[in-house]
Amino acid sequence: MVESIAPSPLPAPVTTPTTSTISERAQARRELLRVLFRRPSFLIGVAVILVWVLCAILGERITPYDPFNAFFKGHTPPSIDHLFGTDRLGRDVLSRVMVGSRDVLIVAPLAALLGVAVGTFLGLVMGYYRGFVDDVLSRVVEAFLALPVILVALLTLVVLGSSSVVVVFVVGLLFAPIVARTVRSAVLSERQLDYVTAAKLRGESGLFILSREIFPNVLGPTVVELTVRFGYAIFTVATLSFLGVGLQPPSPDWGLSVSQEYANMVAGIWWPTLFPALAIASTVIAVNLIADSLQSVLNE
Amino acid sequence: MTAAVAPKVESPTQAALRVEDLSLSYVVRGIPRPVLRGVTFEVKAGESYGLVGESGCGKSTTAYAAVRYLPRNAVITGGRILVDGDDITKMNAEQVRRFRMLHASMVYQDPGAALNPTTKVGPQVVEAFTVLGQSKRVAEENALKALRRVQIADPERVAQRYPHQLSGGMQQRVVIAIALASDPKLLVLDEPTTGLDATVEASVLDLVRTLQAETNAAVLLIAHNLGVIRTLCDRVGVMYAGKIVEEGDAATVFENPQHPYTLGLLRSLPRRGIRKSQRPLSTIPGNLPQIGTPLPTCVFVDRCPLADELCRTVEPPIVEVGQGQWTRCHHRDRLGQLVEPPPVAGHEAILGDLNLTLSNVSKTFHQSGHDVPALVKVSLDLHDGETLGLVGESGSGKSTLAKTILGIESPDAGADIELDEHALAAKSAGRPTADKRSMQMVFQNPDSALNRGWTGRQILARSVSKLTGLRGKAVSERVDKLAADLRLTQRHLDLKPRQLSGGLKQRLAIARAFAGDPRIVVADEPTSALDVSVQAAILNLLSELQLRSKTSYLLISHDLGVVRYLADRIAVMYLGRIMEVGSSETIFTGPNHPYTEALLSAVPNVDGEDRHRILLSGEIPSPANPPTGCVFNTRCPRVIRGLCEVTEPPLVEVEPGHLMSCHIPVDELRRLQTKAQREDLVLTTPPESIEAAAAQGVDPLP
Amino acid sequence: MARFIARRLLLALVTLWLLATIVFIITDVLPNDVGRTILGPFAPQETVDALNQRLGTNRPILVRYVDSLRGLVTLDFGDSFVSSKPVLPQIIGAVGRSAKLAGLALLITIPISIAAGLFAARRRDRVADRAIVLLGVTLSSIPEFVTATILVVVVGVGLRWLPVLATAPDSADPLTQIRYLLMPALAMAIVYFGYIARMTRAGTIEVLQSDYTRTALMKGLTIGQTMRRHVLRNALVPTVAVIAVQVGYLFGGIIAVEKIFNYNGMGSTMLFAAQHKDLPMLTAGVIVIGIVYMLATLIADLIMAWMNPRIRLEAER
Repeated sequence: MVESIAPSPLPAPVTTPTTSTISERAQARRELLRVLFRRPSFLIGVAVILVWVLCAILGERITPYDPFNAFFKGHTPPSIDHLFGTDRLGRDVLSRVMVGSRDVLIVAPLAALLGVAVGTFLGLVMGYYRGFVDDVLSRVVEAFLALPVILVALLTLVVLGSSSVVVVFVVGLLFAPIVARTVRSAVLSERQLDYVTAAKLRGESGLFILSREIFPNVLGPTVVELTVRFGYAIFTVATLSFLGVGLQPPSPDWGLSVSQEYANMVAGIWWPTLFPALAIASTVIAVNLIADSLQSVLNE
Repeated sequence: MTAAVAPKVESPTQAALRVEDLSLSYVVRGIPRPVLRGVTFEVKAGESYGLVGESGCGKSTTAYAAVRYLPRNAVITGGRILVDGDDITKMNAEQVRRFRMLHASMVYQDPGAALNPTTKVGPQVVEAFTVLGQSKRVAEENALKALRRVQIADPERVAQRYPHQLSGGMQQRVVIAIALASDPKLLVLDEPTTGLDATVEASVLDLVRTLQAETNAAVLLIAHNLGVIRTLCDRVGVMYAGKIVEEGDAATVFENPQHPYTLGLLRSLPRRGIRKSQRPLSTIPGNLPQIGTPLPTCVFVDRCPLADELCRTVEPPIVEVGQGQWTRCHHRDRLGQLVEPPPVAGHEAILGDLNLTLSNVSKTFHQSGHDVPALVKVSLDLHDGETLGLVGESGSGKSTLAKTILGIESPDAGADIELDEHALAAKSAGRPTADKRSMQMVFQNPDSALNRGWTGRQILARSVSKLTGLRGKAVSERVDKLAADLRLTQRHLDLKPRQLSGGLKQRLAIARAFAGDPRIVVADEPTSALDVSVQAAILNLLSELQLRSKTSYLLISHDLGVVRYLADRIAVMYLGRIMEVGSSETIFTGPNHPYTEALLSAVPNVDGEDRHRILLSGEIPSPANPPTGCVFNTRCPRVIRGLCEVTEPPLVEVEPGHLMSCHIPVDELRRLQTKAQREDLVLTTPPESIEAAAAQGVDPLP
Repeated sequence: MARFIARRLLLALVTLWLLATIVFIITDVLPNDVGRTILGPFAPQETVDALNQRLGTNRPILVRYVDSLRGLVTLDFGDSFVSSKPVLPQIIGAVGRSAKLAGLALLITIPISIAAGLFAARRRDRVADRAIVLLGVTLSSIPEFVTATILVVVVGVGLRWLPVLATAPDSADPLTQIRYLLMPALAMAIVYFGYIARMTRAGTIEVLQSDYTRTALMKGLTIGQTMRRHVLRNALVPTVAVIAVQVGYLFGGIIAVEKIFNYNGMGSTMLFAAQHKDLPMLTAGVIVIGIVYMLATLIADLIMAWMNPRIRLEAER
């Protein structure tokens, strides 16, 4: 145990040159995927997401019943006919859960993409040019970070009205500062390296250095950040729906479903609340497992 | 002149440290990779044994095994380690802890990292005593005593500081004090002076020597610098790929190596004043083996010029050579066949006209309220085909000077930098492409200098097209030519930097610098990050390229051997000012500026010491707070009171081609230095100047 | 040290000003017609105009901006649209109640998370470590209302161990109050366990691999002594930073939890205000929470400076 704390002093091995010269980048990508697919957490994450994506795409075609218009006896517990039971209006919960993935899986990724796109741009500019621009923008980023995302989203959705577009924009823009911070610090460490100086010595423009020299090297952390943001986006969108400012009824959205039915839990009717809740949990966990695997692999 | 002092006690019958046929592997991803392949040696009490070798040879692993500090994935596959007869490989965790507490201590490479950054220094030293069971009061007394023993003049004040407030030399002394607290039987030093400045290194080495004489510990020293080994060790073991290939008395092994690897290693060093005009350095062909690859019977066979079938099939025996020296080689008798490379002529012929002149170049950095003068009124010139070596320790300003010349930093107003008679714009961005083409740089660390996402070909092609304006096929032709000049194969070009070895990476970086046919190449410590055998190849390449294209080099290095080999002229810098400029010959034979004198004597020499010793006390002052008058006066052993701390001496030509900035006339210096050499004096900074230093606000703890 | 605090306070004020500006943009600039937004699409035009007149939304933008800043400085956030009573006292009360809940949550999560992180770091890459990391990733992925829901179903309704409403009867003693608050606090604590445990683990692993840990072990210190004297202080610095940042998220998550448990804290107040378009209440709420966040980060910075003298000394230059 005493020795287990000692670090491994093994230096990075020099690999013998490979014979293939063509499509070297493709080879590297294949190698990366191979390592990823060996990790059980990655595989579980991808599997779960795939299930929900399929549900989102195929939707009503694979649900056992019509999620919107088929009404049975209200609040029947799970049984052979209705695996997840029925909700207060008598709709099959399983069908609604399956279709409920659609809204989340459209809104959340879009919001994450928007946030990462804006944040990466900001982070690159702040990290590379520094100076006055960096100082000012850092203050703004700091201010945004002081705002609780849910609350500001709440405020904005109240003012502008709830629609999917607004949700995407609000959540995306509120994520941008956090992404900017991560990208900025990655850029800062790259910038100090000598290859940047070497580029300046041959007269490269700032734009070239940022885009062709630095950006490819910060792509790794950016991709990880994208996946993490995706998880947060699902989290946030679900919470906003739960609070009633996201998607509106009769959407089978998971967060909305929970908010409509949770009061019935005290009476012992747990299934219309629990299954959508578990659906949310499973999606976010899956995304985070993928993000975690990506991060470990890219750090090796 | 041999290095170590005779051991204090008579040699006991039992060795203090005995490593018997130790084999060790690291398990990486389930596969055990052998690192040590049967290492055997012993160190007696009071004796110093050095393990020397290049990266990956296993010397550090051996050192850490001797104190049982190995990572979880290290497996001892054979052999044992005995300390005073006890097999430490069989100890359990608690026994190991007691072993470390009482009998073994270690001094490491990076002293700053070895101390807890959030605790003051004093408590950390005290802890080394309280862990032995002493009461707090006794421990505190002993701690102060220990600090004084390592030549820290003001232990109470130092104890109140945090580690990052101390200089490197101070930090290492503290670490040594902690290591000696338990009066251990075994003291292991792992590269203890790597990373310290030369003059600081000299005083730390001297301290270690003194302490060795006082203590009875068996000392195991790990170093890649053969000079350090020679200075401190009685015996040396040369390691290669996890095996000791030669062992013997330090002086004898270095004078008369009996193994092809040792011979190759010693010949690849710029020793005994060898210069590029005499001959290229010997190199060892091939690359260092990767850790853990299976190797044939003689570990060196893939790179040995004497290798034959016998070497591949039969394990070479241990051949005694007499006087306690032995070697593992089948063909010791054929060592004479290994000759030095033939001389290459033409170095004198290429020296041409003046191409770069610097006048009055100063650079001051403004940092949160302080003004740090990194360069003060520097004037230099450089000729076509010439190599100007820039030598100095930290704070000397040599890196800043390089950056200012290249336009990465812009100098203060009033500076004049001219290339071929036309003034250069202050910042690189403001210079025309032709100027950018003319001056390029080779950086110290090839991992940082090459974009890890680009292939070698992309790196070279971009430099070529950007600097020369060529397009298409012309670019790839030029890339191929550059690769050929630097002996890079097409396959190397298709790889990314992390797939290349250190030497190959640096060659790629040099190729990039030569992409536009530069007139001047600034090389900032081009070989410091490389192993010795690789370094020789790079120096040879640089020399060859210079002959061919008549490029000038501005060579920055802390390694005086490298500078002496490659440079035609040398400039010595201290705290942003030039202290001395002269031809290589003049600088190395004298008479010298007192600082140069100290610097030259500070370098641990693999051939034993041929100079009188000078020990500078104190630390290099911070550039933010330079001493008044001559900036060296606070540490100068030849300081003239009343003059040197008042007036800064100008840089004048004291002999043809030899400039110096000293109040002492050059003839007087010559007389004094010859006398010191003849009488083998030891000069130390006189005590009064320490107080003077304090009075001038040169606080070694800024 | 004083200079360090002064500098941080100054930065905090700048951030606060930016915060107020952002809120102003959202509430005053974004909507085309504030009155219409508040009253909804069905209200008659005269009522909307009257409201706009009362609110002064027709004045030039700069005047409105200065007015809002003035309100911020004098701590006069106006009256609630719903209750017509001053907004600030209501918010202060709500913040107090939420602070009790958040405080309990942090009290539960911080010691357990740090202990788990340290435990995992000591057994790096072994089963216990991987389990804790997986647990952390999983738990931090589940939104608070999901955790709360599951807790209510399992603990409240199924096992009947704890009450389902968070507000204890008025005369209840502190212990009973805690009993009522326990489930919602747990719901929040579970999410933060993931973050804090992982950050502690990462910081500890880094310190365990450092050279000074090696020095301590080589002196002959036991693992316990090394951990206490050398590792903890250095390893926990990033954890402190994470805890401070989480304060912001705390108030986000607390809204959902307060809704489920019917607790009249900040979250419920904000939700109610949102549903009734009570802009003054919402504005004040966001700003107050922003101030709380900045206080938290300031305290965190101070703690970190105390733990790491290097930060402290550099700040004093």
